[in-house]
Amino acid sequence: MTVLSKTKDGKGLARPIYLDYQATTPCDPRVVQAMLPYFTEKFGNPHSRNHVYGWEAEDGVEKAREQVASILGADMKEVIFTSGATESNNLALKGVAHFYKDKKNHVVTCVTEHKCVLDTCRHLEQEGFSVTYLPVGKDGLIDLGQLAEVVTERTAIVSIMAVNNEIGVIQPLAEIGAICRKKGAFFHTDAAQAVGKIPIDVNAMNIDLLSVSGHKFYGPKGVGALYVRRRPRVRLVAMINGGGQERGMRSGTLPTPLCVGLGEACAIAQAEMGVENVRLSALRDRLLGGIRQRLPEVYLNGDLDRRIPGNLNLSFAFVEGEGLMMGVKDLSVSSGSACTSASLEPSYVLRALGVQDEMAHTSLRLGIGRFTTDEEIDYAIDHIVEAVSRLREMSPLWEMHQDGIDIQSIEWAEH
Amino acid sequence: MAYSEKVIDHYEHPRNVGSFGKEDGAVGTGLVGAPACGDVMKLQIKVSPDGIIEDAKFKTFGCGSAIASSSLVTEWVKGKTLDEAAAIKNTEIAQHLALPPVKIHCSVLAEDAIKAAIADYRKKTRADDEAAE
Ligand SMILES: Cc1ncc(COP(=O)(O)O)c(C=O)c1O
Ligand code: FES
Repeated sequence: MTVLSKTKDGKGLARPIYLDYQATTPCDPRVVQAMLPYFTEKFGNPHSRNHVYGWEAEDGVEKAREQVASILGADMKEVIFTSGATESNNLALKGVAHFYKDKKNHVVTCVTEHKCVLDTCRHLEQEGFSVTYLPVGKDGLIDLGQLAEVVTERTAIVSIMAVNNEIGVIQPLAEIGAICRKKGAFFHTDAAQAVGKIPIDVNAMNIDLLSVSGHKFYGPKGVGALYVRRRPRVRLVAMINGGGQERGMRSGTLPTPLCVGLGEACAIAQAEMGVENVRLSALRDRLLGGIRQRLPEVYLNGDLDRRIPGNLNLSFAFVEGEGLMMGVKDLSVSSGSACTSASLEPSYVLRALGVQDEMAHTSLRLGIGRFTTDEEIDYAIDHIVEAVSRLREMSPLWEMHQDGIDIQSIEWAEH
Repeated sequence: MAYSEKVIDHYEHPRNVGSFGKEDGAVGTGLVGAPACGDVMKLQIKVSPDGIIEDAKFKTFGCGSAIASSSLVTEWVKGKTLDEAAAIKNTEIAQHLALPPVKIHCSVLAEDAIKAAIADYRKKTRADDEAAE
């Protein structure tokens, strides 16, 4: 195990501890190893049919396709490579909506989706589609009864994310899939934060389209995949036209090393997910327990049980999130505070859960993953406890709380 | 967000954190901002009988720039008359701390906090004067 290295003056770490695994993950060294030959010797165009350079690149790509299909319980013919989950989500939503637009004009999604889904839906609305944005409960999950009510024979596609990027909660995929199948709407899920973290089976869950992102589970950035069901067949209008690669759904020469890296990341995750989740759950419990034991007024955002083990989203009441991030400078984390965003609005995901704005401002997202160690978690606990305690001593709201004043009872001049 | 050295210095070594008793007749308290907006500042001044700010304290819920802005103004107001302190402009605070445009509102809040503390002090002393008459 590596030992955390201190700065010269001994006051902090030479490099902060990375606790932002929902933003991105480092490439697993095994993934990099698998990719390397495809940059140099095996550099051929995988679509070149006439020589060995093309064939060996094609072999690499097709093996990767098999590996992606395998972790999803899909057939390799149902997997196309893309540049990432943003592209996959765009292609799934626009592709289906455009193809079926003569018969269907309705899309269902949910308010806590990633911006690339929400923005795509806004775009479809401008084109004349109608979109229903389902709310979520306090736990971050949609209501299945409500879903069943809004899906009609005019609904082309239902897009509900598998795992939320801010709060890590897992939507009930199989139940959603069953409703969509019964109603005759396609079910798309943005599984950028789910692949490699939770078991997925596109058939058992009745998933018709599914988006994958390489860099969220130790693969390279700039590559992803879209699963598109063949039976019953889902048809798409392509967004990128050209040489007709990927069965015409996504033209362009495939980036062989990136595809190979994505495939390897899937193979590793599939083999190790069980053991890894046990280890991450233990780290997560240690982190949460360690903080809660030493700090009062810490609130977990989103459900604890229906959540991937690598995510915690905590509100540290009476301490503003951006100020806190500055205090935990030995940790690389992110916050739902408005102050960290250009818009000065607190996180729309926390808002959707019904978290009060003043609480949303105090949130930190702590993401742990494959390379997080016990030592790092222990350091993080001390560091967070110290920073929160110091900032609370500086907080007028903490002082009022200590004096028994209800913050809600004061008439604040909101600006 | 990259912070200026001055912001970091005030954030790590805030000057004059704390509280005076609100009931003290020589103390003016300004409480501005709102928790829902992510920033609340409490700034207190202690004024001598001849109208000079002798001491100041603050507590802030907010980002590093908000903490630095309030820490800085507690330093600036000490030794000033009420009118001099009331003339401190947010632009001077922002300039001194090299705040980026998205953080200007933190300096505005600090200016508001001084003004509110002064107004509170004046209101209190006026009430005292009236009571004495
Ligand atoms: C839930 C979710 N969907 C989509 C994306 C976008 O993925 P990519 O970076 O591969 O385009 C992300 C990553 O930010 C995400 O967390
Ligand atoms: S307190 Fe929100 S940006 Fe400064």
